[in-house]
Formats: sequence, structure tokens, C-alpha cells
Amino acid sequence: MEMPQPDAAILARRADVVAKLQAALPPDAVIEAEAELKAYECDALTAYTCPPMAVVLPASTEEVAAVLRICHAEGVPVVPRGSGTSLAGGALPTADCVLLGVARLNAVLETDYANRTIRVQSGRTNLSVTGAVQEEDFFYAPDPSSQLACAIAGNIAMNSGGAHCLKYGVTTNNLLGVTIVLMDGTVIEIGGAHLDAGTYDWLGLVCGSEGQLGVVTEATLRILRKPEGARPVLMGFDSSEVAGACVSDIIKAGVLPVAIEFMDRMLIGVCEDFAQAGYPECEALLIVEVEGSDAEIDLQLGLIKKIAEAHQPVALREAADGDEAARIWAGRKAAFSAIGKINDYMCLDGTIPVSSLPYVLRRIGEMSEEYGLGVGNVFHAGDGNMHPLILYDANKPGDLETCEAFGADILKLCVEVGGCLTGEHGVGIEKRDLMNVQFAPADMEAQMRVKDVFDPAWLLNPAKVFPLDVSEPRRTGKTRAA
Amino acid sequence: MLAPASETELAEAVAGAAGPLAVRGGGTRGFGAPAGEALSVAGLSGVELYEPGALTIVARAGTPVAEVEAVLAAEGQRLPFEPMDHRTLSGANGAPTVGGMVAANVSGPRRIQAGACRDSLIGVRFVDGSGTIVKSGGRVMKNVTGYDLVKLMAGSFGTLGILSEVAFKVLPATEASATLVLDGVTPERGVAALSAALGSPFEVSGAAHLTADQQAVMRLEGFEDQVGYRSERLAAVLASFGEVRVERDAARSARIWADVRDATGLAAEPGDIWRLSVRPTDGPVVWAALGRPPALFDWGGGLIWVRVADGTDVRAGLAGVAGHATLVRATPATRARLGTFHPEPPALAALAQGLRRQYDPRGILNAGLMSAEA
Repeated sequence: MEMPQPDAAILARRADVVAKLQAALPPDAVIEAEAELKAYECDALTAYTCPPMAVVLPASTEEVAAVLRICHAEGVPVVPRGSGTSLAGGALPTADCVLLGVARLNAVLETDYANRTIRVQSGRTNLSVTGAVQEEDFFYAPDPSSQLACAIAGNIAMNSGGAHCLKYGVTTNNLLGVTIVLMDGTVIEIGGAHLDAGTYDWLGLVCGSEGQLGVVTEATLRILRKPEGARPVLMGFDSSEVAGACVSDIIKAGVLPVAIEFMDRMLIGVCEDFAQAGYPECEALLIVEVEGSDAEIDLQLGLIKKIAEAHQPVALREAADGDEAARIWAGRKAAFSAIGKINDYMCLDGTIPVSSLPYVLRRIGEMSEEYGLGVGNVFHAGDGNMHPLILYDANKPGDLETCEAFGADILKLCVEVGGCLTGEHGVGIEKRDLMNVQFAPADMEAQMRVKDVFDPAWLLNPAKVFPLDVSEPRRTGKTRAA
Repeated sequence: MLAPASETELAEAVAGAAGPLAVRGGGTRGFGAPAGEALSVAGLSGVELYEPGALTIVARAGTPVAEVEAVLAAEGQRLPFEPMDHRTLSGANGAPTVGGMVAANVSGPRRIQAGACRDSLIGVRFVDGSGTIVKSGGRVMKNVTGYDLVKLMAGSFGTLGILSEVAFKVLPATEASATLVLDGVTPERGVAALSAALGSPFEVSGAAHLTADQQAVMRLEGFEDQVGYRSERLAAVLASFGEVRVERDAARSARIWADVRDATGLAAEPGDIWRLSVRPTDGPVVWAALGRPPALFDWGGGLIWVRVADGTDVRAGLAGVAGHATLVRATPATRARLGTFHPEPPALAALAQGLRRQYDPRGILNAGLMSAEA
């Protein structure tokens, strides 16, 4: 994965830039010591590392604005960072950048149960948003697997999803307002506790823009009352084709579960070892969860089990109690870390039309043979968001490159069947060079024109999302000069 | 009038336009036609792809909304956001199109539970002001590949590009529904009841206050047994607000929500009609500040429809309150004087102008509709 050469002129002014940042922020909010910068050299895409020129940890919107004004005036690129859990390299620094971490912005500013909203600073972790309202039986719906650690700022940047978004939607469907600071330090309020935009949908545009349009410092989020109860059912099948057909039948039948998760044999084993959830041994496992009162759950699961039985499952079992339900989800949500304990892996995130699931799974199996690398599948089957995990050996020369080529082929396949490169993780650097598989030059041009308006000098997280050769004239100022 | 029959013809028409274009779908909104030659997308019509098992549908922009709804209903599915029909207020004769619906981000009562039009929109194709065809999103439910221009196009009223194709995620229609009615409540008390209902675990999919009738109404949808159970439980939650009637007749219940959706109760009498979006508990406060005009509250109190004397600027009622107001029905003179859309703060207005210059450098797409600049 290529990154742009650091700007020698910026590196030469490092001491000066750091001094200006130190003058604007409290003493402990600027990190410049080499050993400390190492902590910020990568995010959860650990295959790529590069310490930044400096790290700033502002604690208010005003401090963020001060940092951005300085960097804007100095022409220094800024890479925003939430909690650093991006699987796509969204927070990977360049050597000539100031990395802006929002970790100190972690307060709850207002909870409003009558209007069902919460206002938080953007560095607050996803799970702790729910933590702030669960005493009143409310929750924040988007639940990425990294929810214990990931920050709302990163969720907004990547428009993160999660296992339960089949029913509750992804971040953009649960975000009502933000305070955002543009690269030139301008602070803008977008939205609030009211619904929808009166003019252009700025909120929708900012959500998922991968930290390239501005730095979000506060967010108003929709909170929901917890359902009376929830219960998962486990369904095991002989083949992934049959499991895929079952998913499609459930959806067509008019029962909409909150989640339909899929795991193949490899992942079932790995997650079972990790969580002792009692997963059945089989080729393909579905975890289907419904919500409501006990009677409502019985009703819905009755319909779902009837559909499943028509597909001759090898196992069909409801969670007996809350403890078992928790273990079933703990296993699923730990899938990435559990496999990470036994192997190096690369996690993909393409989405496909649900109808193409059997074909795509078969092709991935064939490609796995061709490339000689193992692959496990765990994904959100209800919405077609796949997560193939390709296993490789980081210590074996050439293995990472083979793995990346295999991954690229899988993502091309996703686009070929009518899907996309990334369903919830974002493009970052990981899928940057595949953007032209999904988009024509005019499509990418239309996106880059948005960044031209928000960040004309292309200083915010500039080396992400768009292929380097495509963004090069803008990043180097050639279009502006012309 | 320009009437392209394909996306390619649309692109050629825009590229070859000698001056401003007034873009129209079904022409049902009545927001006034911008200056310029009329361009109708009605010729781009038809459902292109529908996969019930994947909950997705793709249609050309000029396809009538009714046609899409009929195709979905045949498979027991629906557009989740319950788009309103502006003809009740505008008196127009045309047929609403899916392109127009997206361009105006049109939603209805179910918006509070299932999201707005923009939340169900998963892909668009459009022609920008230079005649370039652009796509964003696609036909899958989860997609974060590149910027979300899909959201940007929803509600941009044809000022950044002319939609040629739109894709939605859809939902199964529900088996049963019920409307809970609380009689004799003021908007203040009614909105408090709606907040209590929306804060319950029973997934209220409609929450309105019919101000003329002093009624708060709440909708429950689901399986037959589920709706019965939830009606009882929700009535218990609302006990402190008074006695709750449960309307289980499907046709009467549907009528109530169609009238809320289209603001039917305000249509007959003359006067300007505004649509305001505020924080739900601010709804009654803003209404009182406006002098308690004939009104209807939807979205738990957060969406206020008001009818006021010709030429009244209701934005004054939003002083100190976050939100926005749109002038939905007015005489041409009032519309020319007050504008249709809520003025933006300077920083956002500058970004909006920047976007229009990028997407429509000649300034020919619905010029002046969303801004003072021509």
C-alpha cells in the first residue's frame, strides 16, 4: 500500500509547527517525543504503520478549531483519529501530518428522554453512550463489534453499522446533529434535536466522509427505548447455499428480525472456543434475533423456525436464557479478535445483494484454493454485508501481498454482482485503490468536488478514500494553480 | 418543454441547454416553477429491478410513486417512510414521481420510526449541471464506499443535479395496525402523551396531535396478536393522560394517518401553509408563539403544520429555537417575498453556494429555487 512521500518542507518546519501548537494548547495536549508518537503509528489495520509528525489531544471544540487554524495556515495535513479502531486505515498517519485525537472529548453534554436524544462529545465510546442512558432503559442502536472501544467520531466518519442495523439502521440513520470544525477553523452547527434538513442534507454528507470534510467534536444522537426482551435462535445448515436461501425466505415472509448473522465452519469453531456459546458444528450457522415481549418473541420465532425447518436444518435451538443469549452474541462479536489470536488475518467488508450470497460464497471458496490462503466467513446476512477473513502469515515474505490480491479479487466480485467495496468499515487506505472498480472517473470527480468545497487545500486526511493518482493534482495543489 | 426519454437524452439536453432549466417530475408540489425552460423527467419511467428477498427496488426517476407502491404491495412490501401526497394541499393534477419524492425528501408519519425518504434511499444516478452522468450508492442496503452523495441529492430539489434513477431499501408491510386515540387534550398535554408513547418499548409508528379535534393519536403496527397486546400495554402507559380509545378498524385507522400525512385538515380553508421541524417538546411552544393558528402536529410534536394569514412569516416563531420552516402553500407573491426554504447561517450558505458552483457551474438547474443567487 503506497502512501504519498512526506513533504520535506513541512518536516523542516516541524519544531516551528509544534511550538505554535504548544502555544495554543495545554502542555500535555501536544505529543512530540518519538517514543510516544509510536502509539499513534497505526489503527486496527496494523499491517501499515507510520508515526505522525506530532499528536494533539484537544479537549474542546475551541481547541480543535485552534489546532486546525494553525495547521491550515501552515499548510500541514491533519489526520483525525477517534479511538484508532479503523480496520481500513482511516486513521493511518503520514510522517508530515499532525494527528488530531479526540479521545479527551468524552463528555455527555445532555440527555433528553422526552425527545429521545443524547448530546455527546465525539470522543465518547459507542458503548458508553448506551451506558449513559441504560438506567432509564434506553440505548444507542448502532453496535459495531468494536463498540467497547470505538469512538462516536470514528462511527460518524465511517458511517459505522453493526449487527443490529437490519432493524435500526446505521450511524447516519441515528445521527441528528453535529458540531463540526472545518479545516480553516470555522465551527458549524448542523442539525440538532429536530428531524431532517431544511435545505441540503449536510449531516448526511458529513456522515461517512472519513474525516475528510471536517472534524466532528459533538454529536446529537437518537436514543431508543429498549425492547421488552430479545432472544436469538441458532440455526445450523449443511451448506451456505441453504443458509442463504433460508435468509432470503425469512425476509420475504414479512418477519424482520433485528439481526441475521452468518458464520461458516471455521468461524463457528474459533468463536466457540472463545465464548463457549454452544454453537452447533455445521457448515453454516445463522444467528437470528427477534425482539419484544416473551409472547411476541414466541410468535416471531415460531414463524421463523417454520421457515427454517423447510430447509432441513441440522440444528435449531433458541437461547434458553439471558446468559446463553449473551454468550451467543459474545462469540459473534469476538469473531475478529478470536481469529486474531490464532492467525494474522485481513478482514474484508464488501456488501452484495442477498440473492447473490450462495454464488459469492462458492467463488470465495474457489479463490481460496487458487491463492492457497484460508478464508473464514462471518457476516451480516440480512443486509448482505460480508466479512471474509483471509488468513495469512505476516512473517512469510510475500504472504501479505498474496492476501491483498485475494482480497481485491473478492471485492471486485462483490462489485460485479451489484454490490460495493465496503458496507460499514470505510475505504480508508485499504480499499482506496479499488475505488475505480466501483466508480467511473466522473463519480469520483463528483465526490472530490465536495471536498474541494469543504477543504480546498486538501489538508484533512488527504491520502485516503481516493486512489492516489486520482487525488494527486488536488493534494499537490496543481488543480488550484491551474 | 424538454422531455428526454432516457438518461442519455437527459444528459444531452442538459449539456446542450442554452439557459436555465426548470426541472419537474409530476409537478404536484406547487413550490413554484423556477425561471427557464421546463424539463420533465416523466419520460424516464419504469421499475428496473425489484428483489423482494433482498428488500430492494430500483426505479427510473419519472416513475409514478403509485406504480412503485403497487409493485411493492403485490409482494407484501412498502416504502417505509410513507411519502405524503402534496396534491391535497396544492390542488395539482399531476402524478407524483419517485424522482420528485427524493428531490424533496418527502416522508410521512412513519418517519419517526422508519426514517425519512433519505434513510431508505440507497442509490441514485443523476445528471449534473454540465450534463455529466454521476452515480452514488447502489442497490445494496449497507454501503459506505465513498461520500454519501445519495443523502446530498435527497432534498436538494434538483439544484445540484437532475435525478435519473433512484434505489430504495423497502420493508415488509405489517399484518395489522391500530390507532390509539386520546380525546380532549391540548397540544401541550398531547405532545407530553406522545413523548411517553414514543419512549415506551412498543415501537409507535405514528404520533400526532390533531389540534382541531384536540386529539392525540398513536399508531401501532405488527402482527395481529402483537398489535392487540401492545394496544393494551400502551393504553396503560398513557393512563395518567386520560382514557384511551383503540381504533382497530383498518380502513378508519388508515384514513386517520393518510390525513395526518397529507395535512388534509388544513387544506380546505384559504391561507399560507408552513411546515416546521423542531424538537418535539418545542412544538407546542413554537405554536403558541405563532398565536395558536390552525395546526396539526406530527412526529411526536416535532413536525408542525400551520395555516396562517397570507404573507405571515412564521420563522419569527422559531426565534431562539433550533429547527427550520418551509413554505409549502402560498400565493406566488408571498413565495417571491418570503422564499420557500429556511435561510441558512452564513457558513452553510457559503458551502451551499460552493457546491452549486461545483455541480452546476452555469447556474442553470432550478436557479434561485434554494438561494437568492440567480
